[in-house]
Amino acid sequence: MIDSFKQLINKIGLPRLTIILFLVALLIIASVNRLPTSMLLSNSLVRIGMNGVMVLAMVPSVQSGAGLNFGLSIGIIAGLIGMLVVMEFELMGFLGLITALLIACVLGAAAGYLYGLILNKVRGQEMMIGTYAGFSIVSGMCMFWLLAPFKNPEMIWVVGGKGLRMTLAVNDSLAKILDNLWKFKILGVEIPVGLLLAFALACLFLEVFFRSRLGVSMKIAGANPAFATSCGVNVDKMRVLGTVLSTALGAMGMVIYCQSFGYVQLYMAPLMMSFPAVAAVLIGGASARKATVWNAVLGTALFQTLLTISLPVTRSMIQGDISEVAKTIISNTMILYALTRKEGDGE
Amino acid sequence: MLQVKNVSKEYGGNSVLRDVSLSVKPGEIHALVGENGAGKSTLMNILFGMPVIHETGGFTGEVWLKGKKAEIESPKKAMEAGIGMVHQEFMLLPGFSVAENVKLNREPTKPNWFSGVSGNKLETLDLQKMGSDTRRALDKIEMDIDEWLPLVGMPVGYRQFIEIAREIDKADLSLLVLDEPTAVLTETEASRLLSVLKKLAESGIGVLFISHRLEEVCEIADTVTVLRDGEVIATMPKTETKLEAIAEMMVGRKISRSKTAESGRAIDEGNILEIRDLYVDMPGEYVNGANLTVRRGEILGIGGLAGHGKLGIANGIMGLYPSSGTLIFDGGEIPLNNAQASLEAGLVSLSEDRRGVGLLLDESIEDNIALASMISRKKFLKRVGPLPVSVLDRKAIREHANKMISLLEIKCTGPEQSVRRLSGGNQQKVCVAKAITMEPRLLLVSEPTRGIDVGAKERVLSMIKSLNRENGITVVMISSELQELRSMCDRIAIMYKGRICGILDPDAPDAEFGFCMAGKGGIPSD
Repeated sequence: MIDSFKQLINKIGLPRLTIILFLVALLIIASVNRLPTSMLLSNSLVRIGMNGVMVLAMVPSVQSGAGLNFGLSIGIIAGLIGMLVVMEFELMGFLGLITALLIACVLGAAAGYLYGLILNKVRGQEMMIGTYAGFSIVSGMCMFWLLAPFKNPEMIWVVGGKGLRMTLAVNDSLAKILDNLWKFKILGVEIPVGLLLAFALACLFLEVFFRSRLGVSMKIAGANPAFATSCGVNVDKMRVLGTVLSTALGAMGMVIYCQSFGYVQLYMAPLMMSFPAVAAVLIGGASARKATVWNAVLGTALFQTLLTISLPVTRSMIQGDISEVAKTIISNTMILYALTRKEGDGE
Repeated sequence: MLQVKNVSKEYGGNSVLRDVSLSVKPGEIHALVGENGAGKSTLMNILFGMPVIHETGGFTGEVWLKGKKAEIESPKKAMEAGIGMVHQEFMLLPGFSVAENVKLNREPTKPNWFSGVSGNKLETLDLQKMGSDTRRALDKIEMDIDEWLPLVGMPVGYRQFIEIAREIDKADLSLLVLDEPTAVLTETEASRLLSVLKKLAESGIGVLFISHRLEEVCEIADTVTVLRDGEVIATMPKTETKLEAIAEMMVGRKISRSKTAESGRAIDEGNILEIRDLYVDMPGEYVNGANLTVRRGEILGIGGLAGHGKLGIANGIMGLYPSSGTLIFDGGEIPLNNAQASLEAGLVSLSEDRRGVGLLLDESIEDNIALASMISRKKFLKRVGPLPVSVLDRKAIREHANKMISLLEIKCTGPEQSVRRLSGGNQQKVCVAKAITMEPRLLLVSEPTRGIDVGAKERVLSMIKSLNRENGITVVMISSELQELRSMCDRIAIMYKGRICGILDPDAPDAEFGFCMAGKGGIPSD
């Protein structure tokens, strides 16, 4: 009995077990305080689907040996551009979504290629360089948002008429298009089937990829570059490919995020967006050297559920909104914790 | 002055030094020679009180210094006792100037305002005295560089001299120990170093000098001690010995070779691999224009002392280190510096760096065996339904791994066990399994038995032999252990300074091998 319990702890890992127990405690408090538990769960599901693909973007980057992709903002901006182009031309419904995803994917891949070339020159410090690369791109893009040739009056500043607004509302035919696809209710909990399906598809794609010859080559290049070279794998190429995949996934993840959120936020909004994604995959049991699709899925589920539930529960007990504070504390603590560990746990 | 009496040392049950005794008189240059693994470095570590000795259970025997029994528990104690050591790897700070390095942690200081309160840790450095002391030390070894130049960017030769300057700057230095000081030097630098050592010895300092290069030993040593397998084979004055004799003593082992006439060996006269004018830029193992031909179906050995380029040959052929020259394999030329091309041609290498290059330590046994072949030979792949995508065939990998585990008798809990937890011998068996799975046409084996136990050694060697005999795979075997080469190979090439110095029959007398390893003739290569 005790042995099997120990095995369970080993398998899940202490940090995840703590979070799960904390979640259970939160849910109990929520139901005691007569909060709408089913709504909290529905919201959690939506947030898992919204953020999942961006968290998934960490996996190829870590597997190829380039570490956690702190420069995910680069992909996020590619995703924003995809959304903006679709909104400029007022493409509706699924046509709009698919166009946005395509543009995001192409731009993300191109930007990821250049970013990967940079990362190959700064081996061993990818994560620090990535953080600053992300920061610089976000700041640099502030100028682009002002100068970009977007003409749609819905998108540009009302006064002066030049440059994009801070926050743009996604039009109704595009907003929540995936969330509402095949949505159904069970026991009062709304299941956003389309959204979760998109996340699942991305997971499946990565899972298959990492079983293919190319994917295994990438994994080996990350695990032991000398071994990879002796097998005839071009390690530099694999690292670039990993970064390309990561950035493109980040871009498409952003499109999915925006359609669910209903708004496109520009300027400094994407600045810190890579941090919750990094934190989520680390909570899932990944490390800077090893990350699996499972880590991303588990991590997203735990992290987003925690954020969604903790806000109303704490608000019901104490005054004031601590969700942003909680998010910052949890994500940064988790990053700190995980980076001081060499191996991922929960394996 | 220094007397080592009956020193023995064990590392985890393996005895590396047995009853070693030697003595160094003031003003004497005493050379310590021996093959890799003969126990030279261990002896040095004992003399210098390195923590690794005490962490592994200490040693037995006694060390006497200046007529007193010395308890050398730490490098600090060794320094206080007047032993100076010049290490194989430089222990210098690159960003500091020459003087700062020489005086590091022994800086002359003078009191200032703060130090009165806080003690001598905050005293000001006496830069003038640091400079003049360093100058004096540098002058002693005839170095005319500025003592305030930073070390960064100085050639390695200079650094070696600066290390020596640091040691002789110590006021009470009575014994200087040098661990292969000329290994990284050019010939002119080396000869300068030797003349400096002679001068130091004349001033009454005892010098204990460890080297592979026998010419040097013969040039400067007064006394030579030969160490082999942890035992002192002989100690003799230089005047009574010759280079060849020392070489023979270094390598000579009782040969337990049972050469039975084998039938059905088909060694073609045709060449399967021709190496022409190969240069390989592998640090520590440079190859400088090697020429070698390998006959189809043979086991060719490559021997020689460490640092003479035998490992460079394998790594160069496999495209892992920058190289130039010509490789002709089976009639076609193989591009160099292209690992993929070498693999595709059917060349497979068993790396000398098992844990670093040969294995994915955190992955399972089955993955270690299969993945290299999956990547370079496209084995173990299957289609996903009707999709144009191939993924790993887990079932085939598992089956193959189980077959290999029983064939090579790999001791493990199952094919899923991670390789890190296996013993050295079993790790090597996994490497062999990986190589077999690649279906080599020519197998390069580097140091196949380094660091593995006797039982596994035999299993690995017999596996290599049977690959050659039964599957007709040509084998090039590179090893520091001459004995091993002689029991396995049809011909043995000996390398010296990055070239093939001679190709010998495995039954050739010890003296001839010694001769070749010291760079003296042998049979000229093709």
